[in-house]
Amino acid sequence: MSTIDIGAARSATAPVSPTGLRLPALPWAALPLLAMTLAGAMLLAAGTGAVSIAPGQAAAILLSRAGMALPVEYTAQQEAVLLAIRLPRVLLAAFVGAGLAAAGATLQGIFRNPLADPGLIGVSSGAATGAVAVIVLGLRPLGLYTLPAAAFAGGLLATLLVYRLARRGGRTEVTTLLLVGLAVNALLGALTSFLTFRATDPQLRSIVFWLMGGMGAGTWPTLGMAVPFLAVALLLLPRLGRPLNLLALGEGEAGHLGLDTERLRLAAIALAALATGAGVAVAGMIGFVGLVTPHLLRLAIGPDHRMLLPASALGGATLLVLADLAARMAVRPAELPLGVVTATAGAPFFLYLIHRTREQHGGWG
Amino acid sequence: MTPELAAAKGLEARGVTYRVGGRALVEDVSLALRAGELLAVAGPNGAGKSTLLRLLAGDLAPISGEVLLDGRPLASYSAAALARRRAVMPQSTILTFAFTALQVVLMGRYPHLRRGDRTSTDEEEGSGRRSAAGRRWAAMAASWLQTALGAGGTEGPEDLAAALTAMARTDTSHLIERRYPTLSGGEQTRVTLARVLAQEAPLLLLDEPTAHLDPRHQVTALDLARALARQGAGVLVVVHDLNLAAVYADRVALLDGGRLVASGDPWAVLAPQRLAAVFGLPFAVTRHPLLDRPLVVPLPAGAGAAGSIGGHGRDDQDRGRHQTHELVIGRSEPLCM
Repeated sequence: MSTIDIGAARSATAPVSPTGLRLPALPWAALPLLAMTLAGAMLLAAGTGAVSIAPGQAAAILLSRAGMALPVEYTAQQEAVLLAIRLPRVLLAAFVGAGLAAAGATLQGIFRNPLADPGLIGVSSGAATGAVAVIVLGLRPLGLYTLPAAAFAGGLLATLLVYRLARRGGRTEVTTLLLVGLAVNALLGALTSFLTFRATDPQLRSIVFWLMGGMGAGTWPTLGMAVPFLAVALLLLPRLGRPLNLLALGEGEAGHLGLDTERLRLAAIALAALATGAGVAVAGMIGFVGLVTPHLLRLAIGPDHRMLLPASALGGATLLVLADLAARMAVRPAELPLGVVTATAGAPFFLYLIHRTREQHGGWG
Repeated sequence: MTPELAAAKGLEARGVTYRVGGRALVEDVSLALRAGELLAVAGPNGAGKSTLLRLLAGDLAPISGEVLLDGRPLASYSAAALARRRAVMPQSTILTFAFTALQVVLMGRYPHLRRGDRTSTDEEEGSGRRSAAGRRWAAMAASWLQTALGAGGTEGPEDLAAALTAMARTDTSHLIERRYPTLSGGEQTRVTLARVLAQEAPLLLLDEPTAHLDPRHQVTALDLARALARQGAGVLVVVHDLNLAAVYADRVALLDGGRLVASGDPWAVLAPQRLAAVFGLPFAVTRHPLLDRPLVVPLPAGAGAAGSIGGHGRDDQDRGRHQTHELVIGRSEPLCM
């Protein structure tokens, strides 16, 4: 058998020494950069409006609350407007935007498709059905909190339904999940339409406003309701970064590498539903942030989910804070629905993504 | 490793059957992959090669029969424990996102990474899972901070070294910075092979590792597979090229219609009549001009009955095993030495 060794010399290539080469560095500098951009956007949004507050003044007001006095003058009115009106609204926009974008990035990873969005798993349509149902049926068991509670519950229930229907023999195949999501979305859409059809005129007005989305509910109590859920999701989602990277190889390959893909899918869907549901519950239907933000950031910092998830959260927060600012300022003193702003900015970008995908992959056949 | 230990190590399919919609893809196959050997699995399209590989990998559970890994049923291993014992190379990997080649190869290190969410020694799953909740929260917070602040990924220098070595051995070092989706089919195959090598598993299941490869890289890949076997790994290779199987394999397993037709020494398995029956095509089998290995040549239609051209100069003991295919169309001296 010694005659077989025709390639022994080649196969015994000496291992390369790793000296001089380092592990591929993640562009971590992007995170502080994005955080600073977010802080700037928040200061800008908090300072813009009928009562204008310069960024320095806003900083001074906030720091005075923390017991630090800055040598900047501001009026009591500015302080009241900032603390009671602008700050909760800006914070809510930031948290909701962060939640939507992080959920979008997660689901794009799970579905192995950069065009996936949080609506795919039924959470948005479920929330809409829940919200419209309590409006039309005139239910108010929880007072002002009835609507967000119903929307949140509706979103989570719809997601649970999609997950259970897609599950067979302990496994949830991604394509099945996608198709079941489509079907459940269609069914819930019909239900929402039926409820809307039955609504009275004042109810219709409430429905339309809710469906178009907005940060009008941006008060401290609403913030206190939504933020715990969003915070939990935002803190836990980045932990899925490396597993989501492996999933890019394919389900089977990720499994061969020891990844429990079913557990990952469950965790990702639960956290994405939590983030989206909590956001939609208080801010209504806001499209495109969850879809576009991760894609934009992937172009800038690459596909590594360890980086992409926190970056998407920061980027989504920035985008929604700015979108809400535009919604407030575009048609003063009235206010544009936030969904109109995000779709107006997001849809052209979405078209660009479609175009780009066709250019790169030669279309969809 | 003592011979007794080596015999217990490895993968073993025992009477494994797998059906889809009543059609048997694999029917009552018994086949073992032992440490230190290169086993080639060959057969026509649809013979059940990939299904058998997926059964051995644990992707599919057999309808009847069982697969044992180191003597224990495959199902008793966790995905993580399996990943440290066997690596699987798929026929092709389509990457959703544009990771670089090095990032892809480093993914192969996943089974060896230290992680916050599991004990580093979960060889036997389940123990120590219910440790103090407080410690888990602390570990989670620490892990989140690590992720969020980038206090070093969890890959260490040894992981990088393993990845770079694997890339050098598959001739992909020059592709380190390239984005995987921009690589050619053959380059992708080699990067995937590197990822599988980086996993450093003692058992390797390679589904057509030579697909899309030019002759030089086919040879490099199989040289590598054999070198790994010589170092003690058990390597199963699905190949279409019977001559690559003949030259490289310690044993060849021939599948047809989901059944194992023959397995053993290449000379014994790659007999012209058997090949003719399995592939529906006459074959001539001769001796490799330079090696003591069979050389298999499919004959065009009408070229005559299946036969064995040329003697292969083996001893009587070996010749005894070949008496089943003594229909030969010609005998002459070996073409070369």
